[in-house]
Order: sequence, then structure tokens, then C-alpha cells
Amino acid sequence: MATQQTIAEGAAPRVPLLYDPRVRGIAYQILVFVGLFAFVYWIIGNTTANLQRANIASGFGFLQGRAGFDIGDSLVAYSSDSTYGRALYVGFLNTLRVAILGIITATIVGFVIGIGRLSKNWLINRICLVYVEVFRNIPPLLVIFFWYFGVLSVLPLPRDSIELPFGSYLNSRGFYFPKFLWGEGAGLIALALGLALVFIWFVRRWAAKRQAATGDRFPVLWTSLGLLIGLPLLAFVVTGFPLSFQFPALSTFNLQGGIQVRPEFLSLYLALSFYTAAFIAEIVRAGVLGVSHGQSEAAHALGLRNRPTLRLVVIPQALRIIIPPLTSQYLNLTKNSSLAVAIGYPDLVATGGTTLNQTGQAIEIVAIWLIVYLGLSLATAAFMNWYNARKALVER
Amino acid sequence: MKTVLKALLGSAVLAMAAGSASAATLDDVKAKGHVQCGVSTGLAGFSAPDDKGEYTGLDVDFCRAIAAAVFDDPKAVQFSPLSAKERFTALQSGEVDVLSRNTTWTISRDTALGLNFAGVTYYDGQGFMINSKKLQGISSALQLSGAAVCVQSGTTTELNLADYFKANNMEYNPVVFEKLEEVNTAYDQGRCDVYTTDQSGLYAIRLTLSSPDDHIVLPEIISKEPLGPVVRHGDDQWLDVVKWVYYAQLNAEELGVSQANLEESMKSENPEIKRLLGTEDGGKLGADLGLTNDWAARVIKHVGNYGEMFERNVGADSPLKISRGINALWTKGGLQYGMPIR
Repeated sequence: MATQQTIAEGAAPRVPLLYDPRVRGIAYQILVFVGLFAFVYWIIGNTTANLQRANIASGFGFLQGRAGFDIGDSLVAYSSDSTYGRALYVGFLNTLRVAILGIITATIVGFVIGIGRLSKNWLINRICLVYVEVFRNIPPLLVIFFWYFGVLSVLPLPRDSIELPFGSYLNSRGFYFPKFLWGEGAGLIALALGLALVFIWFVRRWAAKRQAATGDRFPVLWTSLGLLIGLPLLAFVVTGFPLSFQFPALSTFNLQGGIQVRPEFLSLYLALSFYTAAFIAEIVRAGVLGVSHGQSEAAHALGLRNRPTLRLVVIPQALRIIIPPLTSQYLNLTKNSSLAVAIGYPDLVATGGTTLNQTGQAIEIVAIWLIVYLGLSLATAAFMNWYNARKALVER
Repeated sequence: MKTVLKALLGSAVLAMAAGSASAATLDDVKAKGHVQCGVSTGLAGFSAPDDKGEYTGLDVDFCRAIAAAVFDDPKAVQFSPLSAKERFTALQSGEVDVLSRNTTWTISRDTALGLNFAGVTYYDGQGFMINSKKLQGISSALQLSGAAVCVQSGTTTELNLADYFKANNMEYNPVVFEKLEEVNTAYDQGRCDVYTTDQSGLYAIRLTLSSPDDHIVLPEIISKEPLGPVVRHGDDQWLDVVKWVYYAQLNAEELGVSQANLEESMKSENPEIKRLLGTEDGGKLGADLGLTNDWAARVIKHVGNYGEMFERNVGADSPLKISRGINALWTKGGLQYGMPIR
């Protein structure tokens, strides 16, 4: 072939060109690259031609158009007069919200269940085993449907709401709780909280230095807690209790006022958290079991008791095993959040789908979906890789 | 290197040209031997599988009418159940030949989406349904401020709903689902106070609820919803076929030609009936359409005229019992008007 001969002219002539593995390797790579390039070029060209032939509008100009539909659950101001771009942004924030909260909850529940699986207490051990086996072996969509339709049908209508402490209510429209209304001087409280955090950081540094120098320990935890609660509380008293509550109250159809957590969000969040927690529990268990028993024996031999052994010896080593598979669970949770569309939670896929239908811009919307989910996943992965690098074994 | 690149690009250009050919849907349909028809995932009276698993309904019958005109066989149809969200992409991409799925005719669908509506097989309007047992004392849509409203995503319904509440300075809480069945379940379980869709749809859905008699449809109609079959833009011949199958059914009803009296009508001396049924000497109306001359007779033989199709699926002979109303012929005070066949 012409390609190989031109490339190989300068190479050492001992090996026949056709059999030089280096030349061959480069030639294959070029071939694959050109093939891929041509394929993508063809796809784009063909799509453009087909769209033009069918008189379908294309381009991203539609994002500026008036959406005309409402979204029930929005973290930012949105009305039917907003643009399609805004609608997609609302959906994106909703995806982000359920993913972040879900990841936090799934991690906590997963760690608890995973440690519980290792417990020597028969009952705790078995309960955790049943939890893992049940949730791990049901498709996530069914778990979501269970939380949505199963739990929804049990809950009463707004006028028969279940009353909970602190002026909260639970009914088929969701979970309602009082809204905090901060009065004048509330900024001072926030300032005090920030100040407390800064103090804590300094105290920790100082205590660590002192322990390294003298071996004396300082009650960091209690000091920190005192600062964290004491300072804002002081500011709260000084400014004269600038806090009032807006309680939810019954109107014709609904509870008005307060903060409403809609059942769509609640069920998706709970379903994703509990589903992913089952996998995280197994990862945690594997991680802890993966730390050689000799490590804890050695720690015991040095005189460390059970809790410091777990905290200082076993868990730091287990984390090295846990973090990489944990990352893929986080990615799974984020991607599974697109199942929201089945229960009407307005995430990116749902609002994008409506936009797609109103504007007919299928290719553009699907491209936006792909880019956003890819971006979210890559960002999560990048963060976890950074964390993993921090926790990884440092060879000295 | 350059030669390889050129060759590859050249072939890519060729393949591209090949990919963008073929717009003659009628020829494609004849070649594959059936009409691929997009219907809803289940809306009683319009398109829903019956207890034998066969699709029935007004939208389904219209697909069968097209198949009858082309193949003289109403069974030469394959149905693709589509959600509101999927329907236009399925039609645009050529996955279905015709979309007969209670779809509202709007300007943006005609233009930006690259579609063509072939007619209005059902004039509808959007309404509201509530559970009158749970919400006593509500008799008008104007009392619905603050209500949670169940609605299907990607429909004109969703947009009309936003407009209506905005125009009347009322608030509402939209609960939006992609699939009709999910909206039904959510409404039936009390997630929403109100269900909104086309009025014909409300009557159909009410039959499927756990206690249909508790639910009432409020009197307000808040929009125009002309529902009809849709084809791709840019294929005039296929558009003509779909359009004239519908007009033939209307003209047949107007002329009194029905499934029951087709035999006699074939012998009729009335020139209008002769033109419609293709019994005229030397007539070539059907051939000009790309079909046979008895195309309309085939439609009447297998599916019947518009009135028969209406009564069988949504009218007096169906559980829905919807009256003809504005869907009556123009001669009887309705809006259904068949263009002349001549």
C-alpha cells in the first residue's frame, strides 16, 4: 500500500517494511483514525442533509424562545414566560439536587449498613444482609415506583394531613415544614458561624502542633462544638431573636405557606439513596475485609484499643480499596436519576423532553443531555480521583 | 496518505447522497406491504388494544382505512404505540408512515417540526376533570386556583394549561408525566386534584378510573384541539392519499353511502356516488392518486364512512357515548366538510 511505503522510506531497511511492527502499528492507527473521522463526517453531513430535506429547523436558537409550560419543582425563579434555556437550567439544577443529596445519603446509609454486615451481633448482621440482598436485586425503576405509587397511595389528602411535630405535615402532596423567616441582624449570626469555623481551624492546627511537640492532647472536639454552637447562639441573643416561622396552613386544595417537599422528589431521592446504599454497603464491607487481619493484630499489640484501631489503622487502609468502586456507584446514582421521568420529577431529561416535543429539536436536546451527563460524570470522577490520590499510599 | 483520505471522503460523500434519497412514502408502503401507523399507548375510543389484543378506536380505524385504500385489506397495518414525546421524532425519522394519534394541529408543528396535517378527524377542546366526591362545591374551572393538576408532558394541553391559569391570575401546581398511564394512576391515587386533557380523552379516561361516577368533567373548554392524522413534510403524494381517504369517508356519509348499503350504492346512477366509488366509465381519479379506481369503495367496504367510524368508536355504539356535536357534517350544523371528489 502507498501509505506504508511513504512512511517507511526513512526507516532502517533491515526488516521488510510490511513486517516492521513499528510501521505497522502507526499505519493501523492512521487507518483507524481516518476511518473514524470519515464516519463522523458522514454522520454529520447526512444528518444535516436529512434535516434540511425534511424542513426541520436546526441550531440552538430555540433556547431563547418562550417555553410556555410550567415546572412544578424549581430551585430558581421560573414561569411559563421563561425561555427554553431557563427550563433546561431548572431541570439541570433539579438533577444536581437529587444527585448530590442522594450521594450524601447513600454514602451514610451504605457505610452504616456495610459496617453492620461485619457486626458480630447476629440480628444486626442479618438485618443488614436482608437489606442489601433486597435492594441490590430489584431494578431501580421498581424501587422508585414503590416509593412513589406505594407510599403515595397510603398517604392521606391535604385536608386529612398527618400532623408531625414542629408544625410539619405529611400528605399526598408532599412533606410540609415551617419556613424560617430571618429578621434584622440575621447577618450577624451567619458572621458568627463563619468566625467559629475559622477559630476551629486555628485550634485544630495549634492542637496538632502541640501534640507533636509535647505529646499533650487537647480536647479539640469539645472546643469546636462549643465554638460552633456558642458563637452563633451569642449572636442570636445579642440581636434579639430575629427569627420567626411561617407555618403551613390548609387552603381549599393544598397547604399554603411553609416549605413543601414534593413527593416526586422525595420518592426519587429515597429510592436512589437506598438502592445505591446497598451497593456501597458491599463495597465498604469488601474494603474493610480487604485490610489484612495482621494490621489490627499489630495495632492491638502496640496497645491500641478497638476504636482507635478501627479509626487509625483499618479505615484509612480500607478507604484505599473503597474509593475507586465508590466512584462508579456515585456515577450510577447520578445517571439513574434520569429515571425521574417515570414519576414526573422535573429533572433535565423531563424538562428537556418537553422542550424537545414543543420545538422538535431532537438532535440538539439529545446533544445537551449527553454533554451535561458526561460533564457531571467526569466532574464526579475528577473529584473522586483527587480524593483517591490524597488517600492513596504515599511511598517515602 | 492523501489518496486514502480522498478515497474515504469520496465514499462518504456517496453514502451521504444515498442516505438522503427516497421520499416516496406511497411506493415504500406498497413495497413493504403494510402501512406503519403511529398510535397512542392506549386511549379508549381512539387507539387502545381490545381484549383480543387487537387495536381499536377512531385513530386506529383511520389507519385501517388507509390500508384498505392501498391494499384492499384493513389488516395490512402495523401499529407503533408512541408516547406524546416520541411521536414526532418517530414520524420525522420515517419509523412510521402516518401518525394517527389524537395530535393537535398547530402552526409550529406544521412548520418548525417539518410535518403536514392531513385533516381533522376529531374536533376537540381541552377540559378539566375533578373528583366531585372529594372536592364538593367546585363547579367551574375558575375555582381551581391552588390546585395540583395532572397533565401529560409534551402536549399542547400542557401549554394551554399554563396560559389559562396565567390569564385568569390563578396559581397551580403542575404534576407532569410522560406516559398517559402514569398520569391516570397518579390522578386515581389522589396525587392531583385535577386532570386536564382533551375532553374526549377525559371521558375515555374516566371509564378506566377506580370509581368513574365520582368524577365530573367541568363545563369549561379552554382551547381548540383539532386532532388529525399527520405525515412528513415534503411528500405531497402521500399527503394526498391520507387527506383524500378522510375526505372520501366524509363524502360517503354525506351521500348516504355506508358499509351496509355499499352493494346497492355500487349500482347507483348518481354521478357523485359513481365518481366516489370509481364506477364511472373511464374515471381515473383513483389512478391519479396513485391508487386503484375503487380506492374509496375499498375504504367504505372495510371501515365504513366517517359517521359509522365515529359512532362505532366514540359515539352512541361505544362506552364513551360522545355526541357528534361539532363533529357532525356541515350539512347538520357541524364542522366536518368533505372536499368535493371530482
